[in-house]
Amino acid sequence: MLSLLWLIIALPLAGAAVLLLAGAPPLRRLGADKWGHYLGSATVGVSFLLAVGAFFALKDRSDRHYEDQLWSFIPVGDLQVDIGLLFDPLSAVFVLLITGVGFLIHVYSIGYMADDPGRRRFFGYLNLFVAAMLVLVLGNNFVSLYAGWEGVGLASYLLIAFWYDRPSAATAAKKAFIMNRVGDVGLAIAIFVLFAQLGTITYDGVFSNVDDLSSVTITVVALLLLLGACGKSGQFPLQAWLPDAMAGPTPVSALIHAATMVTAGVYLIARANPIFSASETAQLVVCIIGAITLMIGCIIGCAKDDMKQVLAYSTVSQIGYMFLAVGLGGPAYALGIAHLLAHGFFKAGLFLGAGSVMHGMKDQGDIRRFGGLAKYMPITAVTFGLGYLAIIGLPPLSGFFTKDPIIEHAFDRPGWTGWVFGGAALLGAGLTAFYMTRLMVLVFFGKKRWTDDIKHPHESPAVMWWPMVVLAVGSVSAGYLFYRGDALSDWLAPVLGEPHEAATHKIEPGVLTATVIGVVVVAALFAAALFWRGTALQEQPVRSPFVIAARRNLYADAFNEAVLEKPGLWLTRILVYFDSRGIDGMVNGLAATVGGTSSRLRRLQTGFVRSYALTMLFGAVAVVAALVAAGWR
Amino acid sequence: MTPTYYLVLAAALFTIGAMGVLVRRNAIVVFMCIELMLNAVNLTLVTFSRINGTLDGQIMAFFVMVVAAAEVVIGLAIIMAIFRSRRSASVDDANLLKY
Repeated sequence: MLSLLWLIIALPLAGAAVLLLAGAPPLRRLGADKWGHYLGSATVGVSFLLAVGAFFALKDRSDRHYEDQLWSFIPVGDLQVDIGLLFDPLSAVFVLLITGVGFLIHVYSIGYMADDPGRRRFFGYLNLFVAAMLVLVLGNNFVSLYAGWEGVGLASYLLIAFWYDRPSAATAAKKAFIMNRVGDVGLAIAIFVLFAQLGTITYDGVFSNVDDLSSVTITVVALLLLLGACGKSGQFPLQAWLPDAMAGPTPVSALIHAATMVTAGVYLIARANPIFSASETAQLVVCIIGAITLMIGCIIGCAKDDMKQVLAYSTVSQIGYMFLAVGLGGPAYALGIAHLLAHGFFKAGLFLGAGSVMHGMKDQGDIRRFGGLAKYMPITAVTFGLGYLAIIGLPPLSGFFTKDPIIEHAFDRPGWTGWVFGGAALLGAGLTAFYMTRLMVLVFFGKKRWTDDIKHPHESPAVMWWPMVVLAVGSVSAGYLFYRGDALSDWLAPVLGEPHEAATHKIEPGVLTATVIGVVVVAALFAAALFWRGTALQEQPVRSPFVIAARRNLYADAFNEAVLEKPGLWLTRILVYFDSRGIDGMVNGLAATVGGTSSRLRRLQTGFVRSYALTMLFGAVAVVAALVAAGWR
Repeated sequence: MTPTYYLVLAAALFTIGAMGVLVRRNAIVVFMCIELMLNAVNLTLVTFSRINGTLDGQIMAFFVMVVAAAEVVIGLAIIMAIFRSRRSASVDDANLLKY
């Protein structure tokens, strides 16, 4: 079964090739618009079945490690890049998540995109994304990871700009692509440094030789990898692209910008755990970024009125939790992956629910104009509600079993930093409960506040709600995978190290858990009480600088524009001025001088033979005079 | 009898020829002035040949005559062609080849 590993990548890739090529004029007669979505879903579905098979095959192996060299990619001098597949517990978790959730979202998209003329192209891009993401997690070296990394970036760009005739979508896609590029540069340089220092870029070769590196090099590499992770995962300071990416179709938001691609940064840090574990500084920075981002996401999430925007900022903040977890290191690596898995289920479910609501409400997204939808969309309401309970972290749903231990480990971090990170994580849990309750209540409960053109909102078709049901079941039941029995930590132990309970706790686990649940329940009840009667239909003027800042995304865009974009613009203007006036001026001036001189000299050619004869006479006389003067004899 | 007289005569002829080339407009006259200059040179060559007691200068004079004869053939043909097409033998009228 494991020898068929390459098929898991090849199937979606082939699907993408067929679907995208089938749009070319000579192939149009194949009628791919009619069957393309079935093909796209089927390839990912088969990949999922293969992944399940491979998972069980891996489980039977004692070392839980399978490596397969496929072919030599770049054999140049010292640089040997071989394309190989690595299937170990960490990549197995990701492959199952990507193909499983990916398949559900493909199926959902059949219904969601039914009326879109570009559905075949959409499925082609989705297949391309799945293939690239699988390359990212299945490669056994940093170059494969980088190739997949860029592949998912491309797919993300194509899918955000899927409705490319909308200027907002086109702009959002460009923004996502460019901000990702900032992070990718960090990742690329990290790989260069690793190759320069160790002469190898395979995971095995790098991780077994980390001790040979100086501590400064390790920290630099770790921070560069972190920069790459921040770009892809929408973490501070590169978080501004992720909410804008919601301009793409909702299934894209669910698959790429919630469940899988944006968690690639967490994968990178977890995969490179020997590097991060070797650098205290880097781990601290990862924690700081995680804590900052989770607060940013929560604060802005409270101020947004668009359903997908709220979920986007909630994604930002949940990934902040994962970063915090992998930054804490040790046993918390597994917690980050666990939260990633749980988040993959419930956030994909929430986004699909949001898509279902918008599908029934004529593509509106403003939660101020929803309300009372539970009666009209019972299945969506229940599945969304389960995802909601999971994300705010109420037992016994999955979010509780993953978020609560992260908060606990954050508090356990030695020194005063533990109190800061723990406090941020706890406050974040409360804020998450607040804004998610606000979303839930404003959309599904209370009075109807619909716009006049909506008469009868309808439940989505079965092809759309079935995936939502499966994901809801997943977000409920996944919790037991992570239950304190440490099933997942044990499973991941070959990659992330043996789990071990901290000797001492700053706060007694029971007390802390009670506190977390208390905070969450109080925040949720407060939000429910506040919004049960509905809300104003338009944005209200506020004077609190806090709210204004949150509505403006904490000035992230303004900051980027003022500090990075404007100086860059001025720099290019100065350079353009210097180029056109200075360098071009010099060259053009020289050419003009020569041209002008020659056109004046040209006047000597009068066409009168006698003037030529005179010139010749003068010339001959001058030559003779010169010879005589030189004393020639 | 000193060769100087011949050289002075040759110089005078050459100057007359050169002035003719420069100031006359009629192509035939210009042409004859060129012949005058050539023959002035021939005279100089022959004179120096006599002074030096060798035949080099005289041989060179023959070559000049041969070339001059050939040149006359071509030059007169050109002048004829120009006259036929432009009804003029003035060198100033044939001024199309210019800037």
